[in-house]
Amino acid sequence: MTDDERQRLERLLPNLQRRAFIYQTIRTFFNEQGFLEVETPIRSPAIAPEKEIIPVESEGWFLSTSPELYMKRLLAAGYDKIYQFNRCFRKGERGLHHNPEFTLLEWYRQNADYKQMMKDTENLVCAVAVALGMGKTLRYQARAIDLSLPWEQFTVSEAFTKWAGWDPVADPDVRRFDEDTVLKVIPNLNPLRPTFLLDYPAPMASLARLKPGNSRVAERVELFVGGLELCNAYSELTNQPEQQLRFLEEIEQIKQWQHRIAPMPEKFLNAVKYLPECTGNALGIDRLVMLFCDAAAIDAVMPFTVDDA
Amino acid sequence: MDISEVRKGSKILIDNVPYNVEEAEFMKPGKGSAIYRYKLRNLIDGSSTNKTYHSGEKFTPANVSTREGQFLFRDGSQFTFMSTENYEQYVIDESLLGDKSHFLKEGTIVTTMMLEEKPLDITLPIFVELKVNKSDVATKTDTVTAQMKSATLETGYQIDVPTFIKEGDIIKVDTRTGTYVERVVTKK
Repeated sequence: MTDDERQRLERLLPNLQRRAFIYQTIRTFFNEQGFLEVETPIRSPAIAPEKEIIPVESEGWFLSTSPELYMKRLLAAGYDKIYQFNRCFRKGERGLHHNPEFTLLEWYRQNADYKQMMKDTENLVCAVAVALGMGKTLRYQARAIDLSLPWEQFTVSEAFTKWAGWDPVADPDVRRFDEDTVLKVIPNLNPLRPTFLLDYPAPMASLARLKPGNSRVAERVELFVGGLELCNAYSELTNQPEQQLRFLEEIEQIKQWQHRIAPMPEKFLNAVKYLPECTGNALGIDRLVMLFCDAAAIDAVMPFTVDDA
Repeated sequence: MDISEVRKGSKILIDNVPYNVEEAEFMKPGKGSAIYRYKLRNLIDGSSTNKTYHSGEKFTPANVSTREGQFLFRDGSQFTFMSTENYEQYVIDESLLGDKSHFLKEGTIVTTMMLEEKPLDITLPIFVELKVNKSDVATKTDTVTAQMKSATLETGYQIDVPTFIKEGDIIKVDTRTGTYVERVVTKK
């Protein structure tokens, strides 16, 4: 062991202790509400085809990019409240907020929609703050973030019109949307308040259902705190033919842009026929721990990033 | 090379100009495409710029290496060096050397940055010793006000030196600042 590695790991100890404590707090939070903790495969024959996510292949199968499809297969079988910590892999994602191997916390509820996920997220983050003795103030990168409920929220239309000068719901330009999200919208959110962005343009719906009465937007919400994209939640799409159509489109895009043939997740598609009304959320645990450790980089909350592996 | 392989410290070609990636920022919405923001140093003129790229972008790596060389002679604007490893000669134009040409005298050992087999720039030793070719005799008023006077070195470089320096002395010069450090040899 080098001196550098020993010193680095010694420095990380308080953050890793805090990380373990946050896991305990989250488990208590869900267990007390009657959620079941589950574990699903890390390695699968087919994953959700997504144009902007490059999976790691493993002997012809794929490492998990999210446990979403397995969680929904459980919901389709009648499980009503489930959560899991799932190790996920996305090729090439490395930066201040990214490591190609990371942990998603996902939880799902039957008979609820994305607004319920916003409440769950508020309650979960506040429960962690209270357990850590912080009360309603989270100190992150020299700022005091006020966690008082309810948090700020903007529709994607409102936020983009305000800070990027155009409305992606009226004019869904996906590439411009991604760039402006990162360079114009996130930097302009109130740094002192957690903020939800909701009602994404329908072409960026992914696995979310379209809003009843307004098919131009999807019931999708994301939370931003201290400049970090923390989670992504949907009112889940339960329409099987529509889900199949969206997957076919993604598979076509993957062929064009990633030059590979993504397999159709047939078992999941079959289960969607039985999927009840439900909502789910995927939250980046590493980033949540960053917030509560006042860490600017993901490297401060995991002992071995891809660069130290 | 794919953009996802570019790291801080990578050297890449953009419009055939080699750049060093001094800072690399990776940003990506979970469901969206990646944005890469780079601070780039132009390896030819030293200028720096910020650029934003998207996933899928491809770059040609700039094959930049360094080698040690000895300055041999100057012919007009052409400076000829010899590799201390294989004794091959190579030429660098004054326009690429800029102010560094002021501190080159025969025998000076420099580090040369090469793009493929083409020399781009040199790194000088921090201190060089140069002979004073011409120096005015300080007037009384000069002595009182500045304690410094102007001198011309063997390379043609004009420098301020203390009044006790005489023509034929050898002085040490700091190549980072271009200023006088100390007298090394006094002309007998």
